[in-house]
Amino acid sequence: MSSRANGAEEAKDVLTLYGEPVSSRLLLGTSLYPSPEIMRRSVEASGANILTVSLRRESSRDAGAGSRFWDMVKGFGARILPNTAGCHTPREAITTAQMAREVFETNWVKLEVIANDDTLQPEVFGLAEAAEVLCRDGFQVFPYCTEDLSVAERLLRAGCQVLMPWAAPIGTGRGLMNPYALRSLRAYFPDTPLIVDAGIGAPSHAAEAMEIGFDGILLNTAVAKAHDSVAMAAAFAKAIEAGRLAYRAGIMPPRDMASPSTPVAGLAFLDASRAS
Amino acid sequence: MKITVNGETRITEAKCLEELCHELGFADVKIATARNGDFVPAKSRAAVPLADGDAIEVLSPRQGG
Repeated sequence: MSSRANGAEEAKDVLTLYGEPVSSRLLLGTSLYPSPEIMRRSVEASGANILTVSLRRESSRDAGAGSRFWDMVKGFGARILPNTAGCHTPREAITTAQMAREVFETNWVKLEVIANDDTLQPEVFGLAEAAEVLCRDGFQVFPYCTEDLSVAERLLRAGCQVLMPWAAPIGTGRGLMNPYALRSLRAYFPDTPLIVDAGIGAPSHAAEAMEIGFDGILLNTAVAKAHDSVAMAAAFAKAIEAGRLAYRAGIMPPRDMASPSTPVAGLAFLDASRAS
Repeated sequence: MKITVNGETRITEAKCLEELCHELGFADVKIATARNGDFVPAKSRAAVPLADGDAIEVLSPRQGG
């Protein structure tokens, strides 16, 4: 394929989230970086144009800290996806989402309702309840969910148009713990944008998710806590792009028996003892 | 009147959430507010009176994953 044709082909492969085209399939968090400057360079290296942020208590002792952070993030020119991290009940998550909508001036919300502080696993009943309320209230909800098919169905019925199942618990970097279930989700919901959120540690994990047909990857810790965050952001960008290209190209199915790639026909007989 | 702001006890004479935000030095910064677990939009802060025992949350943008 010529480079022009290749470019045209890539141009057609645009991810759309709630009606908005997204140029990068890597969504990046803004937490845990060694410094604001390293975060800025990491964002740039990743090519991400969706960044996640949160709300936390403002202090009179440092009034304006939130505004300063917000001014910096706005400077990146990315779309903002506020989260409800740390919320354990639908009520907490709904109130946090409403507060985030006002501050960040967006209907987008990464909805997190957490069940357990050790695993940070989604509390899926509360998640579905909060999603129903928020979707009715005009939010465009990106639910952080498990890979459970029935939960996914309920979230879609609630009005979610994107699903964000975990690969593994937040911050563990363990990769795809249940690839079978993730493949099932992909097969059941071929037209729903599916983004793996949480548990990705290495670029190979991200590539694996993309190769099975996921639409994007949401990352934070794996980049922010790398020895060189900027280089790791670039590595993830390449892995995600490679995984996507491979999925679209069609990966060969695995086989049990070896099969020579070099032609067998025309092979010379050089050892008479093999003839028997 | 004794209230809590972001989990800390505070004595205030502020009559409404708007006055409290000024008292806290948050007049010109990007914040969102909640009273007793319910969101209070910026435009409603002046109309929301404070009562003894109220739990006020004042949040602002932060890093997030």
